[in-house]
Amino acid sequence: MLRAQNLQVQRGKHTVLTDIDLRLNPGEVLGVLGPNGAGKSSLLAGLCGDLRPTQGQVWLDDRPLAQWEGPERARRLAVLPQSSTLDFAFRVEEVVGLGRLPHQTGRVRDGQVVAAALQAADASHLHGRSYLALSGGERQRVHLARVLAQLWPGEAGQVLLLDEPTSMLDPLHQHTLLQAVRGFADRGAAVLVILHDLNLAARYCDRLLLLASGQSVAMGTPQEVLRPDSLKAVFGLEVLVQPHPERGHPLIIAR
Amino acid sequence: MRLSNRVAALFASPGAAVLKPRSLFVGLGLLCLLATWLSLALGSVSLPLLDTVRAALRLSGLPVSADGLEQAELILGQIRLPRTLLGLTVGGVLALSGVAMQGLFRNPLADPGLVGVSSGAALGAAFAIVGGSALGGVPQAFSPYVLSLCAFLGGLGVTALVYRLGRRNGQAHVATMLLAGIALTALSGSAVGLFTYLADDATLRTLAFWNLGSLNGASYARLWPLLLVSTGVALWSPRRAQALNALLLGESEAAHLGVDVERLKRELVFCTALGVGAAVAAAGLIGFVGLVVPHLVRLLAGPDHRVLLPASVLAGASLLLFADLVARLVLAPAELPIGIVTAFIGAPFFLYLLLRGRA
Repeated sequence: MLRAQNLQVQRGKHTVLTDIDLRLNPGEVLGVLGPNGAGKSSLLAGLCGDLRPTQGQVWLDDRPLAQWEGPERARRLAVLPQSSTLDFAFRVEEVVGLGRLPHQTGRVRDGQVVAAALQAADASHLHGRSYLALSGGERQRVHLARVLAQLWPGEAGQVLLLDEPTSMLDPLHQHTLLQAVRGFADRGAAVLVILHDLNLAARYCDRLLLLASGQSVAMGTPQEVLRPDSLKAVFGLEVLVQPHPERGHPLIIAR
Repeated sequence: MRLSNRVAALFASPGAAVLKPRSLFVGLGLLCLLATWLSLALGSVSLPLLDTVRAALRLSGLPVSADGLEQAELILGQIRLPRTLLGLTVGGVLALSGVAMQGLFRNPLADPGLVGVSSGAALGAAFAIVGGSALGGVPQAFSPYVLSLCAFLGGLGVTALVYRLGRRNGQAHVATMLLAGIALTALSGSAVGLFTYLADDATLRTLAFWNLGSLNGASYARLWPLLLVSTGVALWSPRRAQALNALLLGESEAAHLGVDVERLKRELVFCTALGVGAAVAAAGLIGFVGLVVPHLVRLLAGPDHRVLLPASVLAGASLLLFADLVARLVLAPAELPIGIVTAFIGAPFFLYLLLRGRA
């Protein structure tokens, strides 16, 4: 379980995030929403140790995150960045196989995990292809498979942090990807996912955190957070919120 | 790094590996054997190919009859064997350092010279050659050792400075290191220029030849230190192959996969400084091997460092021996500096890769 208390993060001399308290619970998907520059990626960087918090502390279980050894930490916490800059012609399964680096499970087991993770990310058909020959969306799915392989099969105590995993995906794959993430959480992992699409967030997340100017504006269930007044305040967007006719979760329609 | 990435993309072949690792290693192993054989047999005095094998076997202590082998054994033992071993080691360690630097900078165009080791070694050598002659000459018996030691320490010193300049808040910034490397290379270059200006004609010739590299005058005394350092570097590298693979994803991604990235970067820079420093100290400046060989192997076998590292050692060793053969034979009995040959082959090959990427 990942926990942050009174988190403050700076980039250069700019304070980009203040006063964040949050907990990622096992089996739960926490969505982070907010306009550009609200501090979503900085929150993720602070939570995974990419940026050292200038105040506050992040704990994985009962130990401060900075005190975890590399491979031990990597078996518990995986991070999917917004974009990747891999410039070498690895084959798809080699990229996904990098996720097995912190494990010593042998080639046979690693191969099975890689296949399962590719399947979960709906990227099995890319097996054998060169990474450089893939489209942006296909690359994004391969990297999701890589972080899934890192934690495979997913269990309580593990944490997955995802930065806009659906940004380059077509509508169908936005859903299949988040279903895969949802399935991962259902097996016990705690997930934090940064999203821009309010309706995807409403459908797949258990709780939502709404950020603006580096501060938490609202945190709670989608019903509690996705309200016309708070969305107007944060995004400056006039919306209607109605229950989804079949599923009941909030449906956000721009006016 | 934006522009350099775009340049790198020109070279990146989107196709995956062509060869299975096993066939690659068999092929490179045979190539390396062939290069060794020819390097032992050919030269200003060419030996019959079979005699070469018999003499080599005798020299390695196997019971082969000595009939008519006296000359072959003498040439092999005194001249060709140390020269061939020097070529194999220099080629291998230059290629290995090229892989390390391309991994560190996550760019297939990086070259061991980027962290300042070559220019630092050149500076050390210029200091030894010009300074030594100004002081009335180092005693003949010590002079190769003084030159090698100064070159080695020069390479190590400048690289350490580049690394130091690239560090901020306990982290080595690769982009800063790259720029610091360029600045210090220019600075060393101007210092070498100053030494050149101060040198007399005879010293100037020594300096010029050293800057072009040569395996000529190889001796066991020059070979052992290099062999020791290179073996150390070569034994270290496979343990970090997977970490290097992860580093290609990015520094933060590698850290999330459990790699101690700062330590890895330190080790990469240190091993390159050691390996290239020792190679340059033993054979002078030999360009293009560290850049072209890893690139070539990557085209054949893909970017996985578990294959790339050992395969580049074999390929670098073979290619340097072939380049040395050209250097020895083309103007026989005179010799070309090998640096001229590697650049003469390396540069057009590089252009070919560039144009092929565009087509």
